[in-house]
Amino acid sequence: MYDFAFQTPASVADAVKLLADPEARPLAGGQTLIPVLKQRLNKPTTVVDLSRLGLSGITVSGTTLTIGATTTHRTVARSAEVKQLIPALAALAGMIGDPAVRYRGTIGGSLANNDPTADYPSAALALGATIKTSARSIAADEYFQGMFATALQPGEIITAIEFTAPEKAAYEKFSNPASRYAMVGVFVARGPKGVRVTVTGAGQNGVFRHTAFEAALSKSWSPDALNGIATPVDSMNADIHGSAEYRAHLVGVVAKRAVAKTL
Amino acid sequence: MTLPFQGIGASVRRKEDLRFISGRGHYTDDINRPGQLHAYIKRSDRPHAKILSIDTAAAKAAPGVVAVFTGADTAALGSIPCGWQIHNKDGSPMAEPRHPMLAEGFVRHVGDQIAVVIAETRQQAKDAAELLAVEMEDLPSVANVTDAIKPGAGVVHEGIAGNLCYDWHIGDKAAMEAAFAQAAHVVTLDLTNNRLIPNAMEPRAALGDFDSSTDDYTLYTTSQNPHVIRLLMGAFVLGLPEHKLRVVAPDVGGGFGSKIYHYAEEAIVTWAAGKLKRPVKWTAERSESFMSDAHGRDHVSTARLALDKDGTFLALHVQTLSNMGAYLSTFATAVPTYLYATLLAGVYTTPAIYAEVKAVFTNTVPVDAYRGAGRPEATYLLERLVDAAAHDTGMDRIAIRRKNFIPRDAFPYQTPVALQYDSGDYFTTLDMAMKHADWAGFPARRAEAAQRGKLRGIGVSTYLEACGIAPSKVVGSLGARAGLYEVANVRVHPTGSVSVFTGTHSHGQGHETTFAQLVTDQLGVPFSQVDVVHGDTAKIPFGMGTYGSRSLAVGGSAMVKAMDKIIAKGKKIAAHLMEASADDIEFKDGKFTVAGTDKVKTLGEIALTAYVPHNYPIEELEPGLDETAFYDPKNFTFPGGCHICEVEIDRDTGVVRVVNFTAVDDVGRVVNPMIVEGQVQGGVAQGIGQALLENAAYDADGQLLSGSFMDYTMPRADDLPNFNVSTENTMCTHNPLGSKGCGEVGAIGSPPAVINAVVDALRDYGVRHLDMPATSAKIWGIIEAGRPKMAAE
Repeated sequence: MYDFAFQTPASVADAVKLLADPEARPLAGGQTLIPVLKQRLNKPTTVVDLSRLGLSGITVSGTTLTIGATTTHRTVARSAEVKQLIPALAALAGMIGDPAVRYRGTIGGSLANNDPTADYPSAALALGATIKTSARSIAADEYFQGMFATALQPGEIITAIEFTAPEKAAYEKFSNPASRYAMVGVFVARGPKGVRVTVTGAGQNGVFRHTAFEAALSKSWSPDALNGIATPVDSMNADIHGSAEYRAHLVGVVAKRAVAKTL
Repeated sequence: MTLPFQGIGASVRRKEDLRFISGRGHYTDDINRPGQLHAYIKRSDRPHAKILSIDTAAAKAAPGVVAVFTGADTAALGSIPCGWQIHNKDGSPMAEPRHPMLAEGFVRHVGDQIAVVIAETRQQAKDAAELLAVEMEDLPSVANVTDAIKPGAGVVHEGIAGNLCYDWHIGDKAAMEAAFAQAAHVVTLDLTNNRLIPNAMEPRAALGDFDSSTDDYTLYTTSQNPHVIRLLMGAFVLGLPEHKLRVVAPDVGGGFGSKIYHYAEEAIVTWAAGKLKRPVKWTAERSESFMSDAHGRDHVSTARLALDKDGTFLALHVQTLSNMGAYLSTFATAVPTYLYATLLAGVYTTPAIYAEVKAVFTNTVPVDAYRGAGRPEATYLLERLVDAAAHDTGMDRIAIRRKNFIPRDAFPYQTPVALQYDSGDYFTTLDMAMKHADWAGFPARRAEAAQRGKLRGIGVSTYLEACGIAPSKVVGSLGARAGLYEVANVRVHPTGSVSVFTGTHSHGQGHETTFAQLVTDQLGVPFSQVDVVHGDTAKIPFGMGTYGSRSLAVGGSAMVKAMDKIIAKGKKIAAHLMEASADDIEFKDGKFTVAGTDKVKTLGEIALTAYVPHNYPIEELEPGLDETAFYDPKNFTFPGGCHICEVEIDRDTGVVRVVNFTAVDDVGRVVNPMIVEGQVQGGVAQGIGQALLENAAYDADGQLLSGSFMDYTMPRADDLPNFNVSTENTMCTHNPLGSKGCGEVGAIGSPPAVINAVVDALRDYGVRHLDMPATSAKIWGIIEAGRPKMAAE
């Protein structure tokens, strides 16, 4: 990696101040940023460590679950509160990467990065989460803006994510055999936002809602309801691991398996 | 006190493991020398280009930079040599282009070395490398062998027409053609053996050191064979005599073949250390490993098998294109010839075999031996072809194999492709494997799986391989540029402990344990009193290193020979001490006795006498108890056996799961059963990796698409089932241990068993063959294509 300054601010305000430098980069769990730095693909002036901002932790208020931005995947996966209120979210966190990644990686880091093969964006979008930042609250529907693109403004950092418990929800994924990132990940939910089906990993433009699946599941919440409903091939990724046709097919398979998990 | 049995046959825990698992191993990158500099290699990101200019001024001026070297600086030095010269069908020698340490006017693959930047820190070297201004002009490039031999393809080396390194053959063409003319059935199969990237856990590293007061060079390197590196680099590249060049290969974290070869980086750091009069270290990053460690396999073949009406094999004709990559790596040329085509008889009595092999240059990383080296390619071809023959003729897969096996009483068996097998029993390994795998119960398991919506298949591979490549006289006549013996020095110390100096090298195999067991067994010295030393040309008399599963069969045999000399000398000393004739001295369990008496001297007493020769036959015998043996084997060894794989395929996703894997191998005498089991398990894991997961993917031009673990699918624990591994051994008849070798059998026998199982699982879809790796995407495509057909039937 290139040389950079390293700062560990003690408050969100100080962090935001440091991130006013457009060449500064925030560091949450570092599961993306550190490899990128090691490969010299990014040359920040300053790396701003977000670990001392007091943004880790899980709170419950009625049916609302709030997860601090720097809460690790491991903590979410093992949280009794998350398991009780939104078990699908705990299960998803437990499926991210490997134990080393789950010990370091954070929910806020994942959502801020919005990797098109990350798991969390599918949950946030399907559950209609609210992304709380240093400046405002952003609805998930407005937050995701294509791969690696979000509604976050320069210098704005996520502080917490607020979820409302759904009636039913589940996440299922088909992992890339090499990287084990989601080749196709599908989150299905039925709750205050109605029926939602979100797909990560497969699409050319990051996480998306599968409206045809949503319509079918609104009529009948069952795997068979998805029979014969195609996923548009031309919006799918293709690479050495699988064609767009294969991914489109897997979206259906994985969605059915996710629905089956809720029954 | 009675010690537990720790000789031949005991599963002694590996004495090296405490060091490795507690972080106390000592690897090349752990070594640091005073005043050490760091090298960073600027590599080509283009598959083929002409270098128009390299401006090094800015890099040279960068902080901490001591030197920048390009091909212009090293052009007067030798070429990285190829260790085996193959001759064409017409008798002319193969094309052997110069393989420069640093690119000389052209880059020929992504990863080719353009320049080296040497600085006070690694970071500074890397920073400065970004300031190198390299002007290049792209040239037409080609990545795969079928494209490379087409007219109009990009030419990798100017002057080498058709990118052809050699066009070689073996066997009797006329006999093959005559047999095909008589055949009742001819079975043809086109198949690809996928290119693999080895990925040893420890990346390659090299540290060159130079002592200006003595003119001594030392190279610390991640090598499987330090003496071979000394020979190749010293004699052919840098022109350094052996007594001024020491090569040390300390702990090495895995090799699988990829650390046999002499690599440019070794020569670069050694040469630069002499030039700069300071030590120079280079350590590969993982992404460099992907584009600079020699790759493995990469064959495209057409095979034809002639059978009579009863299914007896009459003749085999094989045509293979073998990818050499951009340059000839050390043993690259031997792999698709003498380690491949000579194995095409397999375990069968096929009377006429003719094989033609074209080795082809492409704009890819050089290809060389990788765990199995030629034998996995031969085994895969043969065992897929036999299954295809069963498929086409309607014969049972097991019956057709049994019908054509070399009979138990036919050994020694001369094949039509040069090799003479000394021993083996393919019926027993097949029977035992079928029993362990419950072959008979498979139909019920398939039916049960079908109820769960899964496609279940079973596949068998009955294979044979050749280890301990030898003898030197024969390999020399075939083009090898080195001998293939092994060396051991056994030093009994004055108080009776023993150090063994071996020319083989351990980089995960557990030699420190296995070889100590040989000493315990033969000399009766307690296991704890034996140390095994390897990996340093300054300590070891000589050696050819570790590859081709040769260490026990060849290196262990050298140790036996050296210990025979120790015992013979010890008998003379004992005879003197006990006033008897040497002919009457017997040696057993560490004790010399006079036959028929109760007179006894321990090995320790004899050793002390040898080093403190107060009462000693000094007129007839030199003091000391230290013997060296060079052992040149009479033949290869021929491990073999049977692997059975059972898979389940998820119809919805195409994912293949290996649900059972059974191996029954014949590896000759087993010294440490636990270590053998571990070796076989590791080999099987790599074989399953090749069959289902791994693939070095290049685009048509030579860009490496699978250049990291993000895209190159290494097998992981959760990709694999528990293996059922055992041995049924026949003894090697020509070495003193009877051992054959176990390091590669897993990787050789398993891939066709896996693919045969996958094809079996897909039999209702009309599948006769599919190429490795059998990825889920590929299988889903087959299932999709088969769906309408299935529905129509």
